[in-house]
Amino acid sequence: MNAFIQFISDNLQIVYILILAIFVGVEVIKSIPAVLHTPLMSGANALSGVVIVGAILVMLHSDPENYLALTLGFIAVVLGIINVVGGFAVTNRMLQMFKKRK
Amino acid sequence: MSVLLSVIYLIATVTFVVGLKRLGHPDTAKSGNMIAAVGMVLAILGTIFIHDLKVAPIIYILIGVAIALGSIIGYLIAIKVEMTKMPELVSLFNGFGGASAALIGLVEFSKNVEDSLQAITIVSGIIIGAITFSGSLIAWGKLNGSLKSVVKIPQYNLVNNIFFLGIIALAVFMIVSGNHSQLFTYGVLAGGLVYGILFVLPIGGADMPVVISLLNSLTGIAAAITGILYDNMVMLVGGILVGSAGIILTVAMCKAMNRTLASVIFGAFGGEDAVEGGSKTQGTIKKTTASDAAIMMNYATNVIIVPGYGLAVAQAQHVIHELEEILTDKGVNVKYAVHPVAGRMPGHMNVLLAESNVDYDLLVEMEDINPQFTNADVVLVVGANDVVNPAAHNDPSSPIYGMPILDVENAKHIVVNKRSMNAGYAGIQNELFFNSKTSMLFGDAKAALTELVSELKNM
Repeated sequence: MNAFIQFISDNLQIVYILILAIFVGVEVIKSIPAVLHTPLMSGANALSGVVIVGAILVMLHSDPENYLALTLGFIAVVLGIINVVGGFAVTNRMLQMFKKRK
Repeated sequence: MSVLLSVIYLIATVTFVVGLKRLGHPDTAKSGNMIAAVGMVLAILGTIFIHDLKVAPIIYILIGVAIALGSIIGYLIAIKVEMTKMPELVSLFNGFGGASAALIGLVEFSKNVEDSLQAITIVSGIIIGAITFSGSLIAWGKLNGSLKSVVKIPQYNLVNNIFFLGIIALAVFMIVSGNHSQLFTYGVLAGGLVYGILFVLPIGGADMPVVISLLNSLTGIAAAITGILYDNMVMLVGGILVGSAGIILTVAMCKAMNRTLASVIFGAFGGEDAVEGGSKTQGTIKKTTASDAAIMMNYATNVIIVPGYGLAVAQAQHVIHELEEILTDKGVNVKYAVHPVAGRMPGHMNVLLAESNVDYDLLVEMEDINPQFTNADVVLVVGANDVVNPAAHNDPSSPIYGMPILDVENAKHIVVNKRSMNAGYAGIQNELFFNSKTSMLFGDAKAALTELVSELKNM
């Protein structure tokens, strides 16, 4: 228990941000009409590609001699950016179709 | 971290929140997507160029090549994919994101791990990333038809849960003991991969959108955990946003499908249990021909079209729009009744109809259209089944009892286009088909609608 409390107080900022972000996510999404579920899921999927930032950091911190880290980092960047670019592009394509016809 | 980069991350985080918010409204959704995309580009460029590390040029080249390669692949897939294939595409992209998170964890573990917070974040990143990766690939395979059967090992819930606890136990051991040997690292990775397969494999195709949404949410959580590892706010907040929004979306989808999250995960829908619970409606059905159905619609004042899964599968969204235009030209008042889960996932039907240029205003949502069925002369049901099954109202023993449905049985005439009398997802028969007001127009949706269109043109 003490270790847990110590852990919280050591990482207070992260814990705050974590909890507040959970509420923001819930509130932002709360009243979405079902018609938009598909584009929303696709858009949120593109956002989860933010993990690419971590993949880039891995590569930046890698020793140029460390081939394992570089290879894994390279694959992680490729996969992450497919998630980001593909996700935003396909969401955009879907939403483009929603324009009203006059 | 430099002040400039912190500000860039802050801006990116705000664009994510604003983008997600705007994605929730039809008028602002497109700009919302753009805003979030711009924020993402900022975050990526900032990460690459703003730091005080000494980085060898070769690494910049590798990052550039990786980004160019992945962008081209992602963009090509996104512009080439057919709109009916949307569920499996989201699943595939999501799997890639999960794999990325798992790979990051693997690299970090091969370096020095300083404290238990780092160990916790890395191990959970690997596990969650691996589960999303393999789970999403299985979902993708199931949706595109390459994995057809619902595989069910005996006592699979028990097996799955024990397996999952085993992974957790190994992870806890690694964190507590500080033993980060390669054997254990690859052990949790393999465990996560296998669990992802075990988790998704027994779940039926109809529930797949819920699973994808859940896995999507998990990818967000994996990204957030990686954000904690790097003390990186844009990853933390972005990931958590997707994580919590994804859970809400998952629950909303479950509600629309009259399922609880637990029943999706722990019970197979459309499996044998569901059939037993359903009533065995029997009776006589009335067949009709395209020309009879065309005459009926030609002299109608109000026609409501109910498009369903079968329409999406037959790719008949363009023909149905043609039908709607012909009828409108003849002075018939045509509307579409869109059930929240029509299509292959919630909201999918709207995308498909929008793709074939159907006026957004003609798509009426369930709550608004239900009172209008009493005034409808003809309701044309195309490839929909469970969402128009009256058993949801009047048969408490039915597995779909309580599910919100379209009240098509209130209309004066109902024309149902279906390939055969086969049951829908829920594996139950539909008494609507045996209703005296109902006539069945058997055949592939595209073929049947094309015939209807040509009959109407000749009138």
